Amino acid sequence: MIALEKRPEPSKLWSWATPILAVIATMIAGGLMFAALGKDPVESIRTIFWDPIFGEFAFYYRGQLLIKAGPLILIAIGLSLGFRAGIWNIGAEGQYIIGAICGAAVGLAFYPWDSFIVFPLMILAGALGGFLWAMIPGILRVKFNTNEILVSLLLVYVAEFILASMALGALKNPDGAGFPGSRNFRSYPAAYNEEIITGTGMHWGVVAAFIAVIFAYVLLARHLMGFQIKLAGQAPRAARFGGVNPSRLILFCLGISGALAGLAGLFEVSGPAGQISIDFNVGYGFTAIIVAFLGRLHPIGILLAGLLLALTYIGGEAAQSSLGLPAAAIQAFQGMLLFFLLAVDVLTNFRIRFGKREVA
Amino acid sequence: MSVLLNLKGLTKAYPGVVANDDVSMVIKSGEVHALLGENGAGKSTLVKMIYGLVKPDSGTMEFSGAAFAPAEPRAARAAGVAMVFQHFSLFDALDVAENIALGMENPPKMRDLAQKITEVSNAYGLPLDPSRLIGDLSAGERQRVEIIRCLLQNPKLLIMDEPTSVLTPQEVDILFKTLEKLRSEGTSILYISHKLEEIRRLCDTATILRLGKNVGTCNPRIETARAMAEMMVGEVLHVPERKPHAQTDVALELRSLSIPSPSAFGTSLKDISFNVHRGEVLGIGGVAGNGQDELTGALSGELKSPAGQMMFAGKDVGNLGPNARRQIGLLAAPEERLGHAAAPDMSLTENAVLTGTVRKSLAQNGFVNWGAARDFAQEVIDGFDVRTPGTHTVARALSGGNLQKYVIGREILQKPEVMVVNQPTWGVDAAAAAAIRQALLDLAAEGAAIIVISQDLDELMEISDRFAALNEGRLSPPVPAAGLTVDQIGLMMGGAHDLEPMHE
Repeated sequence: MIALEKRPEPSKLWSWATPILAVIATMIAGGLMFAALGKDPVESIRTIFWDPIFGEFAFYYRGQLLIKAGPLILIAIGLSLGFRAGIWNIGAEGQYIIGAICGAAVGLAFYPWDSFIVFPLMILAGALGGFLWAMIPGILRVKFNTNEILVSLLLVYVAEFILASMALGALKNPDGAGFPGSRNFRSYPAAYNEEIITGTGMHWGVVAAFIAVIFAYVLLARHLMGFQIKLAGQAPRAARFGGVNPSRLILFCLGISGALAGLAGLFEVSGPAGQISIDFNVGYGFTAIIVAFLGRLHPIGILLAGLLLALTYIGGEAAQSSLGLPAAAIQAFQGMLLFFLLAVDVLTNFRIRFGKREVA
Repeated sequence: MSVLLNLKGLTKAYPGVVANDDVSMVIKSGEVHALLGENGAGKSTLVKMIYGLVKPDSGTMEFSGAAFAPAEPRAARAAGVAMVFQHFSLFDALDVAENIALGMENPPKMRDLAQKITEVSNAYGLPLDPSRLIGDLSAGERQRVEIIRCLLQNPKLLIMDEPTSVLTPQEVDILFKTLEKLRSEGTSILYISHKLEEIRRLCDTATILRLGKNVGTCNPRIETARAMAEMMVGEVLHVPERKPHAQTDVALELRSLSIPSPSAFGTSLKDISFNVHRGEVLGIGGVAGNGQDELTGALSGELKSPAGQMMFAGKDVGNLGPNARRQIGLLAAPEERLGHAAAPDMSLTENAVLTGTVRKSLAQNGFVNWGAARDFAQEVIDGFDVRTPGTHTVARALSGGNLQKYVIGREILQKPEVMVVNQPTWGVDAAAAAAIRQALLDLAAEGAAIIVISQDLDELMEISDRFAALNEGRLSPPVPAAGLTVDQIGLMMGGAHDLEPMHE
């Protein structure tokens, strides 16, 4: 029999090794799945993981990497704070949409005023929009003890309808010949989130993501608030005894994650996406949950996990077009990554023993 | 008397520790056999082997003359071994009969079962209404549910793990009469405890374990309690010293404190009044679940009090949170070490920050000074003889006694004006318990007021100047501890919860 034995202390080695092990296991299981679909497993894996960085068309894909990783990291950093404290904001996608709408609305309201102040105002509006949208589950939880998982998730669908209504109504491009969607920020330089260095994909949202990583690192390692976040997640009773105010912590964590998701939405709509459209959101808010856990809720881990998942997105698209892999297979592949991570995670707190079964 | 259970050379090792080392003992039919030992002496491992929860590495067991090696508790139960655990496994929201049915392999119809429960409970003097919800029962009544669950199996051997820790003296009397009746019917009882006086009252034989080894079998009626204690500990016991205390200022006063319980099955505090003076130890006794946790929470600031009901140095402090109370010098150490007084997966340094930020200035402008925190953790480790590899060790890696010394030491070194401790020596070995009691008395001698909430009456009598008891959220008026008799204490603790024994 194989038995699991609880370690006296969590293993430092395994907490670093499990993500790598999970990636390898995903490659093997994913390869088997691709083989079952009749594709060459080695070539499929190479197309997903290798070609976007080192292949023939890498000059195009490399820029895409940061564009995709930026919002994932930005959102995941915010989510990770709440997840550590046991506060489950599942609705970052909704906060992302509302942040984008608010930020875009401010930019469009100033059109065509050409001033350096427009873009900073849009950033503020984006963060505020996401923050307020996240306050809905926050205040409901604090006042009425509702479940923030359900409320935040359901608000995603509300946000999607608001998005559709904005794209078709209030924010519709007046010069757009009746097509749905707002003005494109590419044609409004004061509000456009341009690439800072051409060809790298580096825009202000990516800068914000890096700042968020550093901010979260310092918060968790040095600040009392970070200590309280970890404490509340690990031992809620000890946290109350230690003077942590649970309501304040809930509002803080939901507020930060909402604001960061809103920022991600704003940087996306004013940059890579360019405009508010009906199908503006592509699921960054949900994928960021995977990124947060893949990164072990650690800021540096999230940075690496965001890049890795962005790679599977880009590589996955490449594999769809060049090898004809179905989109569902790519999604299953990404799901496997989270699945394997959670499965091998057990090794951090438990060791495997081969031998007789014991109940201590 | 014939031999019921014969253990020969049982050995069980876990990584890093030998829990049982070549333990042999004999339990005869119809005897009450005490198993004595400190926490960690190997009592639990030994009974888990008998009950089929743990397999011995080597050694054999014989039950009623036949080889006995239960692979799981079901096999042990089928052979006639039943066990009442210290921690009850009952569902609050179900009634008595439903809980008992859940533990049975082939439960009969509920109506038949309810009738059976009533019969058995009356026959053994443990009245119990099968239709009552567990959540509404006292700890003593819950224990009855567990005992009746066992009795329905007609066991030949009944194992009881520390059964009296949740009972008032009067309830202990009822329980002992039941056990004596069982003994007279030929049932053997293996009685685990470290309360020596009860063992002398009840048991025919006592086997003493120390560090996993059987260090002797004796007749507890002949041996003195002190001699058995020293066999248990393996050294001469240190009795805390205390000086009589002179009447001084009131440090903390509660005026008819009433707080509804935050949880559905908790106990609301009702009309609690007491004061405690500088340099005084106020002992608060009572059976578990009568408001101890709620009172600790109300004093630590986790529960807020209505205006005017809690006065500290003449000021109303009822509305202050835990850190604001630490600021003025009102410190607390809750009962549950892991998860309440300390975060299990955090290091001792991080656990120093848990309560030490305010009085030890471990944070500036919201940023934690980890160097200072480490120094403070080290100070606690050195000052209170906490055995641990270092400040980086996580709390759950410490033994109960060491963690308790750390938790108490962490508060004492913050120089409290008023110190509240709940169950300061629960599950702690005798040497550590003596050290903790001495530290509390020293703190009182320096002029702090101390409130000790405990279910260990011997402990309270040893260190308290005045004594009061909690019963269903109400506190009896505090009286001087010197000269109190067990009967008086029992009445303060609420007698036998108005349940008359049915022994004739």
